[in-house]
Amino acid sequence: MSATLEALSQNLQEHLGDRVKSLKVVLGEVTIEVDAADYLSVMQTLRDEPQLSFDELIDLCGVDYSTYAHVGRQGPRYAAVTHLLSVARNWRLRVRCFAADDDFPSVPSVTSIWNCADWFEREAFDLFGIVFPGHEDLRRILTDYGFIGHPFRKDFPISGYVEMRYDPEQQRVIYQPVTIEPREVTPRIVREATYGDVDHA
Amino acid sequence: MPELRNFTLNFGPQHPAAHGVLRMVLELDGEVVMRADPHIGLLHRATEKLAENKTWVQSVPYMDRLDYMSMMCNEHAYCMAIERLLQIEVPIRAQYIRVMFDEITRILNHLLWVGCHGLDVGAMTMVLYAFREREDLVDVYEAVSGARMHAAYYRPGGVYRDLPDRMSQYRESKWKSAAQIRPFNEARSGSLLDFLDDFADRFPKLLDEYETLLTDNRIWKQRLVNVGIVTPERALQRGFTGPMLRGSGIAWDLRKKQPYEVYDRLDFDIPVGVTGDSYDRYLVRMEEMRQSNRIVKQCIDWLRQNPGPVMSDNHKVAPPDREAMKSNMEELIHHFKLCTEGIHVPEGEVYSAVEHPKGEFGIYVISDGANKPYRLKIRPPGYVHLSAMNEMVCGHMLADVVTIIGSQDVVFGEIDR
Repeated sequence: MSATLEALSQNLQEHLGDRVKSLKVVLGEVTIEVDAADYLSVMQTLRDEPQLSFDELIDLCGVDYSTYAHVGRQGPRYAAVTHLLSVARNWRLRVRCFAADDDFPSVPSVTSIWNCADWFEREAFDLFGIVFPGHEDLRRILTDYGFIGHPFRKDFPISGYVEMRYDPEQQRVIYQPVTIEPREVTPRIVREATYGDVDHA
Repeated sequence: MPELRNFTLNFGPQHPAAHGVLRMVLELDGEVVMRADPHIGLLHRATEKLAENKTWVQSVPYMDRLDYMSMMCNEHAYCMAIERLLQIEVPIRAQYIRVMFDEITRILNHLLWVGCHGLDVGAMTMVLYAFREREDLVDVYEAVSGARMHAAYYRPGGVYRDLPDRMSQYRESKWKSAAQIRPFNEARSGSLLDFLDDFADRFPKLLDEYETLLTDNRIWKQRLVNVGIVTPERALQRGFTGPMLRGSGIAWDLRKKQPYEVYDRLDFDIPVGVTGDSYDRYLVRMEEMRQSNRIVKQCIDWLRQNPGPVMSDNHKVAPPDREAMKSNMEELIHHFKLCTEGIHVPEGEVYSAVEHPKGEFGIYVISDGANKPYRLKIRPPGYVHLSAMNEMVCGHMLADVVTIIGSQDVVFGEIDR
């Protein structure tokens, strides 16, 4: 672990204490997990504490863990994953916050801390159906006007449910149920970790 | 007394200055914009969802179609993410080739930007000059990959193949005689590196030419100076990166601050703006093209002297070469497994970012150990910049909206994904 990552992990432990549920350093990246209840206060500390000073939010996205490695992972299904960058200190951090309720996933909004979270949260709402209380304008953003469902959830088929065509009789564009069959060219295969590894054979 | 109400105007999605399919609902008080609400997603193709259903390598061409003005930089971030998860080394020659093509891509992108921005604001000739130079560079794209735009040249483990020894040439036709064609083919008689070298020698002078057209042009300055000012504090709050952030005076460039590939061995400078207006962003991008040209020059010199492999020799990731495949059983098996099942990436997650011409382009992938990504998230710079649109245009005149869209350098392939 490089000196920067070590300093960052130390500062995180010092200033966040037991609000951090887990801290991992893998592949040169630091990941912390926090509870939805602590999420806002942790984010506020991450931005305002001079020893952390994450002044920029780079990315925020939803993740659906329901089919992870074919079986899904233990615990909640949805998470909001945030990537932060400190321009002042030149380091990065990943923050993961699981939404407690699978039927109505909800994670507090960070738009008041970093304004650019606005569209990212709208996107996560649109594609995963994660609700962000505190967001002032939580509309759909990428899908069509009047779209039904959350397309990036793992149980949403890749072909979708409806298709669009021009109907000459009604002289307008209409929606109809999809007529294409979903097909998989290459199946999804999860091998054991040492598969094909000559040294471990 | 009649009641006065704000006027709502629908800008786009078929407006030539909207750079693609941007629909913007503008609330106007007279000619002053009070509120702007960009509606995006008209080009949404769910690239991230598609990638979850394709093997790792099959998604490389999807990356080209994100920001379709800087194709190879998108591929770069994606390939780097896979390489970091696999923890494999890319041969040094492939790293130089990647850096060289990243910078070629930057010039391509900025040339198109300056041409179209000029067109939007009223400098009609710029686009003609810019496309003249772009033509040479897309020929370089074509020479290495066979495609002028969607190259799919970077692969996990290196690049598809080494630089070719010859450039395509113009041929005599019933419209152009051999004598007319000769000057066009002069620079093309050698290898690709000779052609690029010739281009890199010519290019600074051509940039000077563009600058005489725009930099001190009275109309250009009237349209750009003090339009869309973003303070450094607001730029950070709004998540700006790349030329948008540097235009506001923050010297942040991933190539310098978190160098990847061989950027730490190359010599180049980072231009920054002072006031953070559209004119500063214009100056920053013009200077970036000069710096990119310097990097291309350095890469050419290195590549001339250092032959070597351009693809990893780890056949769990990179396909073996055809000859070995036909005479060697093990290579044949590797090839079969790679083509039917694809590479297996170990479980884990990684975020890899490159300094894309438009800002920080990031790829966040989660792998569950399968032959396909579990989740792929693309962090497009243009998406973040466009989300600041309301803040940037409020209080400006309607005509300035066009300037600000232009200076944000938005492309809808990456914004809508």
